[in-house]
Amino acid sequence: MMRFLHKLASPKTFYALSGRIIPWAGVSALLLILVGAYWGLVEAPADYQQGDSFRIIYVHVPAAWMSLFVYVVMAGAGAIGLIWRIKLAEIIAISSAPIGASFTFLALVTGSLWGKPMWGTWWVWDARLTSELILLFLYLGVMALYGAVEDKRTASRAAAILAIVGVVNIPIIHYSVEWWNTLHQGPTVTKLDKPSIAPEMLWPLLIMALGFKLYYVATVLMRARVELLERERNSRWVQEMVEAG
Amino acid sequence: MSGLSTPRAMALLLRRDLLLAYRRRAELVNPLLFFVLIASLFPLGLGADSRLLQAAGPGIVWVSALLAALLSLDGMFRSDFEDGTLEQLMLSAHPVSLLVLAKVFAHWLVTGVPLILVSPLIGLLLSIPGEAMGVLVVTLLLGTPVLSLIGAVGVALTVGLRRGGIILSLLVLPLYVPVLIFASSAVDAAASALPVGPQLYILGAMLVAAVSLAPVAAAASLRVSLS
Repeated sequence: MMRFLHKLASPKTFYALSGRIIPWAGVSALLLILVGAYWGLVEAPADYQQGDSFRIIYVHVPAAWMSLFVYVVMAGAGAIGLIWRIKLAEIIAISSAPIGASFTFLALVTGSLWGKPMWGTWWVWDARLTSELILLFLYLGVMALYGAVEDKRTASRAAAILAIVGVVNIPIIHYSVEWWNTLHQGPTVTKLDKPSIAPEMLWPLLIMALGFKLYYVATVLMRARVELLERERNSRWVQEMVEAG
Repeated sequence: MSGLSTPRAMALLLRRDLLLAYRRRAELVNPLLFFVLIASLFPLGLGADSRLLQAAGPGIVWVSALLAALLSLDGMFRSDFEDGTLEQLMLSAHPVSLLVLAKVFAHWLVTGVPLILVSPLIGLLLSIPGEAMGVLVVTLLLGTPVLSLIGAVGVALTVGLRRGGIILSLLVLPLYVPVLIFASSAVDAAASALPVGPQLYILGAMLVAAVSLAPVAAAASLRVSLS
């Protein structure tokens, strides 16, 4: 097992393997998002309270889930990179930051679009919205710090520490709708006993969520490959690969 | 350094930092002046309606305190970084996190405490009612050490950068938000004669968490910055 992990963490193996994973993840992400979008936007019944405008849930909720998920991946990979000095983990961590920031931005924008017809306002300073906004700033801070340090290995370690410190925000976002009585509605899917969302609305949501996740897998691997090539440009395997065309 | 116990080393470091700060008194006054100035800009910008100021007062005091703390952060490690003291500290036999804690404490004593002493005056200017004034001071007592501690992590990460200042604010301000929220909400509650216990307990919890975790993170960041 450890030997397999070591082999996986070697840049060359990772480069080859990720090259094979990306098309699969990318195509299935596209298919799932298309199916989920059609099912959610056309087939699923309208909400009895919110009418058709609830349908933005199929973009908003997966994006919000991903904004948290990607942050945890980023901090986790950063911690692995810090502790075991695995280059690849550092690269995965730093490649996740822009993607996570985009998901966070998407969640904020779609939430704002959803808020206008439902709450009558684009933005309220409630706990979940504020903490999600802070999450966006944390992502941007990680990216800015990484960009500011010249040596890329030092930069990724500094960014990893910042990402780990920022993890305190994740449970705050997740539980904000339960801890505070806010305008944002409570969770309807992740209840342990029984989701309070109708199954015909839930399925497309889960399909969309899976599609978003695979999209993340594809894009983070693509970014990681580019970053890897840049950092390893003086190593033999990269030069051999480039010469071989 | 053999024979020097860690608490003794911390005490010596604290004494040294306080002495250095005392020798550079003029620099100490600047963040304080900045605090007073920012706080007095708000009434000029918002208009002198005392009801409006009273409602916005706790937030104004806290935002000004936040900015003043941010301004003073850069000095925490800067001169020690430039003259090599920081590297010597990292080489010492004592845990770096505890030495960082001593430095942060010194920093708080020279920047946070004066700010707390001036705050009732600012509160008066912003017509914060008398019963809320005590709570304001308590929130600052609990909150400003958290600002220094979180700030230490940010400074430690950016100390090696030539233009660290703007990045520092980008890193640190989002992490300051929870302190700001609970502190100003406590003062608000006190002004409307509501119980303030919950907010103060949360601030206390933040302080405990920051005292125990932030020095470790700051020490790790210093190691990265000095590598």
